[in-house]
Amino acid sequence: MQVDLSDRVAIVTGSSRGIGFATAKRLALAGAHVVINSRQDDPRLAEAAEAIRAVATTQILPVAADVGTAQGAAALVKTAFESFRRVDILVNNAGLLKEAPIGMIGNDDIRALIDANLGSVLNMTQAVSRVMARRKAGTIVNLTSIMGRRGRAGQFAYSASKAGVIGATLAAAKELAKSGIRVNAVAPGYIETSMTGHITADQKAALLTSIPAGRAGTPEDVAAVVCFLVSDFASYVTGQVLGVDGGMIA
Amino acid sequence: MDLEARVLKVFKEVLEIKGDVDPSTLKYNETANWASLAHITLVAALESEFDIMLEPDDILAMSNYAEAIRIIRKAANAS
Repeated sequence: MQVDLSDRVAIVTGSSRGIGFATAKRLALAGAHVVINSRQDDPRLAEAAEAIRAVATTQILPVAADVGTAQGAAALVKTAFESFRRVDILVNNAGLLKEAPIGMIGNDDIRALIDANLGSVLNMTQAVSRVMARRKAGTIVNLTSIMGRRGRAGQFAYSASKAGVIGATLAAAKELAKSGIRVNAVAPGYIETSMTGHITADQKAALLTSIPAGRAGTPEDVAAVVCFLVSDFASYVTGQVLGVDGGMIA
Repeated sequence: MDLEARVLKVFKEVLEIKGDVDPSTLKYNETANWASLAHITLVAALESEFDIMLEPDDILAMSNYAEAIRIIRKAANAS
Protein backbone atom coordinates (compact mmCIF):
# COMPACT_ATOMS: atom_id res chain seq x y z
CA MET A 1 0.00 0.00 0.00
CA GLN A 2 1.69 3.17 -1.21
CA VAL A 3 0.16 6.52 -0.32
CA ASP A 4 0.23 8.92 -3.24
CA LEU A 5 -0.23 12.61 -2.44
CA SER A 6 1.20 13.91 -5.71
CA ASP A 7 0.39 17.57 -6.40
CA ARG A 8 -1.53 18.01 -3.17
CA VAL A 9 -0.71 20.88 -0.88
CA ALA A 10 -0.37 20.34 2.86
CA ILE A 11 0.06 22.66 5.81
CA VAL A 12 1.64 21.17 8.93
CA THR A 13 1.66 23.51 11.90
CA GLY A 14 4.41 23.25 14.48
CA SER A 15 6.64 21.30 12.12
CA SER A 16 10.16 22.44 12.90
CA ARG A 17 10.78 19.33 15.01
CA GLY A 18 9.27 16.23 16.57
CA ILE A 19 5.98 14.81 15.33
CA GLY A 20 5.28 17.83 13.13
CA PHE A 21 8.61 17.56 11.37
CA ALA A 22 8.27 13.80 10.87
CA THR A 23 4.77 14.33 9.47
CA ALA A 24 5.83 17.09 7.08
CA LYS A 25 8.67 14.91 5.84
CA ARG A 26 6.40 11.90 5.39
CA LEU A 27 3.83 13.90 3.42
CA ALA A 28 6.56 15.37 1.22
CA LEU A 29 7.96 11.89 0.52
CA ALA A 30 4.43 10.84 -0.48
CA GLY A 31 4.42 13.61 -3.08
CA ALA A 32 2.79 16.58 -1.36
CA HIS A 33 4.02 20.12 -1.45
CA VAL A 34 4.30 21.08 2.21
CA VAL A 35 4.01 24.38 4.03
CA ILE A 36 5.90 23.94 7.28
CA ASN A 37 5.39 26.29 10.18
CA SER A 38 6.52 27.35 13.58
CA ARG A 39 6.34 30.46 15.70
CA GLN A 40 8.22 33.54 14.63
CA ASP A 41 11.00 33.02 17.14
CA ASP A 42 11.95 29.46 16.12
CA PRO A 43 15.30 29.36 14.29
CA ARG A 44 14.87 25.65 13.54
CA LEU A 45 12.24 26.27 10.86
CA ALA A 46 14.72 26.98 8.05
CA GLU A 47 16.81 23.98 9.11
CA ALA A 48 13.72 21.78 9.00
CA ALA A 49 12.91 22.98 5.49
CA GLU A 50 16.43 22.17 4.33
CA ALA A 51 16.32 18.74 5.94
CA ILE A 52 13.11 17.84 4.11
CA ARG A 53 14.33 19.27 0.80
CA ALA A 54 17.37 17.01 1.11
CA VAL A 55 15.19 13.90 0.82
CA ALA A 56 12.07 15.06 -1.05
CA THR A 57 11.58 16.58 -4.49
CA THR A 58 8.42 18.53 -3.77
CA GLN A 59 8.17 22.18 -2.77
CA ILE A 60 8.76 22.95 0.90
CA LEU A 61 7.67 26.40 2.04
CA PRO A 62 8.59 27.53 5.57
CA VAL A 63 6.21 30.11 7.01
CA ALA A 64 6.64 31.57 10.49
CA ALA A 65 3.31 32.38 12.14
CA ASP A 66 1.73 32.07 15.57
CA VAL A 67 -1.34 29.96 14.80
CA GLY A 68 -2.53 30.42 18.37
CA THR A 69 -3.87 33.75 17.12
CA ALA A 70 -6.59 34.16 14.50
CA GLN A 71 -4.43 36.64 12.61
CA GLY A 72 -1.45 34.26 12.54
CA ALA A 73 -3.56 31.36 11.32
CA ALA A 74 -5.21 33.46 8.62
CA ALA A 75 -1.83 34.73 7.47
CA LEU A 76 -0.46 31.19 7.23
CA VAL A 77 -3.41 29.92 5.19
CA LYS A 78 -3.33 33.00 2.99
CA THR A 79 0.37 32.56 2.25
CA ALA A 80 -0.17 28.89 1.43
CA PHE A 81 -3.10 29.71 -0.84
CA GLU A 82 -1.32 32.54 -2.61
CA SER A 83 1.71 30.29 -3.18
CA PHE A 84 -0.08 27.17 -4.42
CA ARG A 85 -3.68 28.32 -5.17
CA ARG A 86 -5.02 25.38 -3.17
CA VAL A 87 -4.78 23.66 0.20
CA ASP A 88 -5.75 19.99 0.38
CA ILE A 89 -4.38 18.86 3.73
CA LEU A 90 -4.08 20.49 7.13
CA VAL A 91 -2.30 18.84 10.03
CA ASN A 92 -2.89 20.76 13.25
CA ASN A 93 0.16 19.74 15.22
CA ALA A 94 1.32 22.95 16.92
CA GLY A 95 1.19 22.73 20.67
CA LEU A 96 3.07 22.87 23.90
CA LEU A 97 3.24 20.98 27.17
CA LYS A 98 3.49 22.55 30.61
CA GLU A 99 3.17 20.48 33.74
CA ALA A 100 2.13 21.75 37.14
CA PRO A 101 -0.10 20.55 39.97
CA ILE A 102 -3.60 21.96 40.32
CA GLY A 103 -3.41 25.22 42.23
CA MET A 104 0.06 25.98 40.90
CA ILE A 105 -0.81 26.81 37.32
CA GLY A 106 -0.53 30.49 36.50
CA ASN A 107 -3.18 32.16 34.40
CA ASP A 108 -0.59 33.01 31.76
CA ASP A 109 0.35 29.35 31.46
CA ILE A 110 -3.29 28.32 31.18
CA ARG A 111 -3.85 30.89 28.46
CA ALA A 112 -0.70 29.82 26.61
CA LEU A 113 -1.68 26.14 26.69
CA ILE A 114 -5.22 26.73 25.53
CA ASP A 115 -4.16 29.11 22.75
CA ALA A 116 -1.38 26.85 21.48
CA ASN A 117 -3.14 23.50 21.75
CA LEU A 118 -6.80 24.29 21.16
CA GLY A 119 -6.95 27.85 19.84
CA SER A 120 -4.60 26.90 17.01
CA VAL A 121 -6.94 24.10 15.92
CA LEU A 122 -9.97 26.41 15.98
CA ASN A 123 -8.17 29.23 14.19
CA MET A 124 -6.64 27.06 11.48
CA THR A 125 -9.83 25.10 10.86
CA GLN A 126 -11.81 28.31 10.43
CA ALA A 127 -9.26 29.75 8.04
CA VAL A 128 -8.59 26.67 5.91
CA SER A 129 -12.10 25.25 5.62
CA ARG A 130 -13.23 28.03 3.30
CA VAL A 131 -10.29 27.36 0.99
CA MET A 132 -10.94 23.62 0.99
CA ALA A 133 -14.66 24.17 0.46
CA ARG A 134 -13.96 25.83 -2.87
CA ARG A 135 -12.80 22.49 -4.26
CA LYS A 136 -15.34 20.53 -2.22
CA ALA A 137 -12.43 18.48 -0.93
CA GLY A 138 -9.95 18.51 1.90
CA THR A 139 -8.80 16.68 4.95
CA ILE A 140 -7.79 17.85 8.40
CA VAL A 141 -5.97 15.84 11.06
CA ASN A 142 -5.74 17.24 14.57
CA LEU A 143 -3.07 16.08 17.00
CA THR A 144 -4.68 15.45 20.34
CA SER A 145 -3.16 13.23 23.02
CA ILE A 146 -3.86 10.20 25.11
CA MET A 147 -4.08 12.76 27.93
CA GLY A 148 -7.14 14.26 26.25
CA ARG A 149 -8.88 10.90 26.62
CA ARG A 150 -7.53 9.66 29.96
CA GLY A 151 -6.12 12.72 31.73
CA ARG A 152 -2.96 12.66 33.80
CA ALA A 153 -2.05 14.06 37.19
CA GLY A 154 0.14 17.11 36.74
CA GLN A 155 -1.28 17.78 33.28
CA PHE A 156 -4.57 19.40 34.25
CA ALA A 157 -4.58 22.25 31.71
CA TYR A 158 -2.79 20.26 29.02
CA SER A 159 -5.29 17.39 29.28
CA ALA A 160 -8.18 19.87 29.13
CA SER A 161 -6.78 21.52 26.02
CA LYS A 162 -6.30 18.17 24.28
CA ALA A 163 -9.80 17.00 25.26
CA GLY A 164 -11.03 20.21 23.62
CA VAL A 165 -9.29 19.18 20.42
CA ILE A 166 -11.35 15.98 20.37
CA GLY A 167 -14.58 17.97 20.74
CA ALA A 168 -13.51 20.31 17.97
CA THR A 169 -12.69 17.36 15.74
CA LEU A 170 -16.08 15.74 16.22
CA ALA A 171 -17.99 18.98 15.63
CA ALA A 172 -15.95 19.95 12.59
CA ALA A 173 -16.35 16.49 11.06
CA LYS A 174 -20.11 16.85 11.25
CA GLU A 175 -20.24 20.43 10.00
CA LEU A 176 -17.70 20.15 7.19
CA ALA A 177 -18.69 16.77 5.73
CA LYS A 178 -21.15 18.43 3.38
CA SER A 179 -18.27 20.51 2.03
CA GLY A 180 -16.29 17.38 1.24
CA ILE A 181 -13.88 17.94 4.12
CA ARG A 182 -12.89 15.06 6.40
CA VAL A 183 -11.73 15.79 9.94
CA ASN A 184 -10.03 13.25 12.18
CA ALA A 185 -7.73 13.25 15.18
CA VAL A 186 -4.70 11.26 16.19
CA ALA A 187 -4.05 10.64 19.86
CA PRO A 188 -0.42 9.75 20.48
CA GLY A 189 0.57 7.98 23.66
CA TYR A 190 4.10 8.18 24.98
CA ILE A 191 6.19 9.41 22.03
CA GLU A 192 9.88 10.17 22.49
CA THR A 193 10.38 13.77 21.42
CA SER A 194 11.91 16.87 22.93
CA MET A 195 8.48 17.55 24.47
CA THR A 196 8.85 14.42 26.60
CA GLY A 197 12.57 14.86 27.17
CA HIS A 198 12.02 15.99 30.76
CA ILE A 199 10.76 12.55 31.79
CA THR A 200 13.20 10.84 34.16
CA ALA A 201 14.52 7.31 33.69
CA ASP A 202 12.35 6.06 36.55
CA GLN A 203 9.25 7.72 35.09
CA LYS A 204 10.06 6.28 31.69
CA ALA A 205 10.43 2.79 33.13
CA ALA A 206 7.07 3.12 34.83
CA LEU A 207 5.47 4.39 31.63
CA LEU A 208 6.83 1.49 29.62
CA THR A 209 5.14 -0.99 31.92
CA SER A 210 1.80 0.55 30.89
CA ILE A 211 2.47 0.12 27.17
CA PRO A 212 1.48 -3.33 25.90
CA ALA A 213 3.70 -2.88 22.83
CA GLY A 214 6.64 -2.64 25.21
CA ARG A 215 8.28 0.42 23.72
CA ALA A 216 7.87 4.14 23.42
CA GLY A 217 6.49 5.48 20.16
CA THR A 218 8.46 7.53 17.66
CA PRO A 219 7.44 10.62 15.70
CA GLU A 220 7.54 8.43 12.59
CA ASP A 221 4.93 6.10 14.12
CA VAL A 222 2.54 9.04 14.38
CA ALA A 223 3.47 10.48 10.99
CA ALA A 224 2.60 7.20 9.28
CA VAL A 225 -0.90 7.24 10.74
CA VAL A 226 -1.44 10.88 9.80
CA CYS A 227 -0.28 10.07 6.27
CA PHE A 228 -2.86 7.29 6.06
CA LEU A 229 -5.66 9.51 7.37
CA VAL A 230 -5.01 12.28 4.83
CA SER A 231 -4.77 9.81 1.95
CA ASP A 232 -7.50 8.47 -0.30
CA PHE A 233 -7.26 5.16 1.55
CA ALA A 234 -9.19 6.91 4.33
CA SER A 235 -11.70 8.65 2.06
CA TYR A 236 -14.69 7.36 4.08
CA VAL A 237 -13.14 8.05 7.48
CA THR A 238 -14.17 11.19 9.33
CA GLY A 239 -14.88 12.14 12.94
CA GLN A 240 -12.53 9.50 14.33
CA VAL A 241 -9.93 9.68 17.08
CA LEU A 242 -7.21 7.17 16.33
CA GLY A 243 -4.86 6.20 19.13
CA VAL A 244 -1.17 5.77 18.33
CA ASP A 245 -0.18 4.52 21.74
CA GLY A 246 1.10 0.95 21.56
CA GLY A 247 -2.07 -0.28 23.19
CA MET A 248 -2.17 2.02 26.23
CA ILE A 249 -5.94 2.49 25.75
CA ALA A 250 -6.64 -1.03 24.55
CA MET B 1 -19.41 41.66 -15.85
CA ASP B 2 -18.31 44.34 -13.38
CA LEU B 3 -17.48 43.75 -9.74
CA GLU B 4 -20.86 44.78 -8.35
CA ALA B 5 -22.72 42.56 -10.80
CA ARG B 6 -20.52 39.59 -9.89
CA VAL B 7 -21.05 40.18 -6.17
CA LEU B 8 -24.82 40.42 -6.66
CA LYS B 9 -24.80 37.22 -8.72
CA VAL B 10 -23.07 35.38 -5.86
CA PHE B 11 -25.50 36.83 -3.30
CA LYS B 12 -28.49 35.71 -5.36
CA GLU B 13 -27.10 32.22 -5.88
CA VAL B 14 -26.10 31.61 -2.26
CA LEU B 15 -29.16 33.24 -0.67
CA GLU B 16 -31.44 31.66 -3.29
CA ILE B 17 -32.99 34.96 -4.31
CA LYS B 18 -35.29 34.60 -7.28
CA GLY B 19 -35.89 37.52 -9.64
CA ASP B 20 -34.88 41.14 -9.10
CA VAL B 21 -33.78 42.49 -5.73
CA ASP B 22 -32.79 45.89 -4.42
CA PRO B 23 -29.19 45.26 -3.27
CA SER B 24 -29.45 47.96 -0.57
CA THR B 25 -31.99 45.79 1.24
CA LEU B 26 -29.60 42.85 1.63
CA LYS B 27 -28.61 42.69 5.31
CA TYR B 28 -27.17 39.98 7.52
CA ASN B 29 -29.76 38.41 9.83
CA GLU B 30 -32.53 40.39 8.11
CA THR B 31 -32.52 39.03 4.58
CA ALA B 32 -34.11 35.59 4.29
CA ASN B 33 -31.51 32.78 4.26
CA TRP B 34 -28.66 35.12 5.33
CA ALA B 35 -27.79 33.79 8.80
CA SER B 36 -24.55 32.50 10.31
CA LEU B 37 -24.07 29.30 8.30
CA ALA B 38 -25.09 30.96 5.05
CA HIS B 39 -22.66 33.78 5.81
CA ILE B 40 -19.70 31.41 5.68
CA THR B 41 -21.03 29.89 2.46
CA LEU B 42 -21.44 33.39 1.06
CA VAL B 43 -17.89 34.35 2.04
CA ALA B 44 -16.47 31.16 0.52
CA ALA B 45 -18.40 31.77 -2.70
CA LEU B 46 -17.21 35.38 -2.92
CA GLU B 47 -13.62 34.30 -2.25
CA SER B 48 -13.91 31.68 -4.97
CA GLU B 49 -15.52 34.09 -7.46
CA PHE B 50 -12.74 36.67 -7.01
CA ASP B 51 -9.93 34.22 -6.15
CA ILE B 52 -9.14 36.10 -2.94
CA MET B 53 -8.87 35.37 0.78
CA LEU B 54 -10.62 37.70 3.16
CA GLU B 55 -9.33 38.74 6.56
CA PRO B 56 -11.23 37.53 9.64
CA ASP B 57 -12.20 41.08 10.56
CA ASP B 58 -13.61 41.67 7.08
CA ILE B 59 -15.70 38.50 7.28
CA LEU B 60 -17.24 39.68 10.53
CA ALA B 61 -17.77 43.20 9.15
CA MET B 62 -19.59 42.04 6.02
CA SER B 63 -23.04 42.79 7.39
CA ASN B 64 -24.73 44.14 4.28
CA TYR B 65 -24.34 44.34 0.53
CA ALA B 66 -22.62 47.75 0.50
CA GLU B 67 -20.03 46.51 3.02
CA ALA B 68 -19.51 43.42 0.91
CA ILE B 69 -18.79 45.56 -2.15
CA ARG B 70 -16.32 47.67 -0.18
CA ILE B 71 -14.53 44.64 1.28
CA ILE B 72 -14.41 42.69 -1.99
CA ARG B 73 -13.12 45.73 -3.89
CA LYS B 74 -10.39 46.26 -1.32
CA ALA B 75 -9.34 42.60 -1.38
CA ALA B 76 -9.48 42.36 -5.17
CA ASN B 77 -7.33 45.47 -5.56
CA ALA B 78 -4.80 44.10 -3.07
CA SER B 79 -4.37 40.73 -4.79
